[in-house]
Amino acid sequence: MADGEDAIGGADATGEEGRDLEQNDGQRFDRLPETPSERTVEGRVSRAEVVDYFADRFGIPPETFDGHTFWEKGAGKIWIYAGDAPTPLEIEAIGMTCLRTRQEHWKPTTDFVQRFGRHATECVIDLDREAAARFAAGKDQELEWDGDWGYLIASHVVGGGLEPLGVGLYLHGELRSVVPKGRQRDL
Amino acid sequence: MEPLERYRPVVDDFEAFLAACERALGTAVRVNTIKASVDRTLAALEEDGVGYERVDWNPHVLRLDTDSPGSTRASFHGFTHGQEEVSAVPPVVLDPQPGERVWDCCAAPGGKATQLAALMDDRGTVVANDSNLGRISALRFNAERLGATSVAVTNEDARNYSLSRFDFDAFDRALVDAPCSCEGTIRKNPDALDDWSEGHISSVSGIQKGILRRAIQTTREGGTVVYSTCTFAPEENEAVVQHALDEEDCRVVDFDLDLEYAPGLTEWNGDEYDESLTRAARIYPHHNDTGGFFVAKLEVTA
Repeated sequence: MADGEDAIGGADATGEEGRDLEQNDGQRFDRLPETPSERTVEGRVSRAEVVDYFADRFGIPPETFDGHTFWEKGAGKIWIYAGDAPTPLEIEAIGMTCLRTRQEHWKPTTDFVQRFGRHATECVIDLDREAAARFAAGKDQELEWDGDWGYLIASHVVGGGLEPLGVGLYLHGELRSVVPKGRQRDL
Repeated sequence: MEPLERYRPVVDDFEAFLAACERALGTAVRVNTIKASVDRTLAALEEDGVGYERVDWNPHVLRLDTDSPGSTRASFHGFTHGQEEVSAVPPVVLDPQPGERVWDCCAAPGGKATQLAALMDDRGTVVANDSNLGRISALRFNAERLGATSVAVTNEDARNYSLSRFDFDAFDRALVDAPCSCEGTIRKNPDALDDWSEGHISSVSGIQKGILRRAIQTTREGGTVVYSTCTFAPEENEAVVQHALDEEDCRVVDFDLDLEYAPGLTEWNGDEYDESLTRAARIYPHHNDTGGFFVAKLEVTA
């Protein structure tokens, strides 16, 4: 591994000291490299970047993921897994999908947010009971929010504590529910 | 109910058994402790005005006063998963521990696989396999909804399953919740006996024997294998375990279960089974007002 590789400009294979990067193989799971400098696949993010994203955007402490590994199957579809497996691995699924990275704004999944979003301290929008029901049904709604725009964790109080419902996209005074169709419910 | 007449000689209080089989089953859910404690789940149900009854034998199983258990907030958050009460028995008998490697050979749609993950605090490896690709999507959906990050999903025929894809060469435990003639699900599914025939029982028992043998072969010495079905047929239950005793290194062991049940049979239609099969459990619908189930616990020996 060459020293001094540019951690950010990795999308351009020829830019990494002439090292040719492999292409992503959508048929198999590959474990994410620890850091950008260990990348061997074009466009692939590293574990460090994923953990930093969850910390920077949502305030989820990095140690939350100490028992988990991150994997890519399909370009930009990142999975989180707690079990034992070698890389690469050709099976149907490991753990759960947690993040989409090969787009301008990274997008966490509803299932990930429901599982780990309770550790978040930032970009969490608290909804009242009615707004939460609209969100779970997949409906968009106009709401006040004075934090960052973009992907938020929508939460509400249930069973005596705050609980994440899923991912919302906040833009121009509107919270869009991006709960997938199969996960939407009329509560 | 005609096919069930063959069990008249072995079922205590057969008329009560038949009457129970004709009653519809209520709604049961399992609390998914990966997402929430039992107390919090009960609080969430109370907030929504959903009545519940806790069952005596398992702190995680609830009977709900609703026909749509999937429309509660508790369900949306993955605090609960619709799962028939008695189908929560085999993972409890398997008793997996955090950090172990566990194989669920016939895992779709994932109720038991996610229960295994929850019993392991979502730490370790649950390999959830199913031979039917169409059912794999339901398995994946449930694993993700319930937040089980320790589950790996594979799509193979369990009878010749290969561990070569993983970096370990044996499981600590395996659950063989085998495909079966489903007689015990008649209360949930009134059509369950429509395709019943002795020929079907005979062909499915061959598959069951193959899967159970492979599960024993892939489990380490001293490890545990649980064999279960939701049917009453001894050809699919005791006879399958007997075949494993004859062909593989294993023995039937005792387990504690706070449910009423009958012991496994030691003879059926002229065939004799090992005395240790009395350690297996035949759970009949009239015993605990549930569906029917068979469970046997095996220890892998040298």
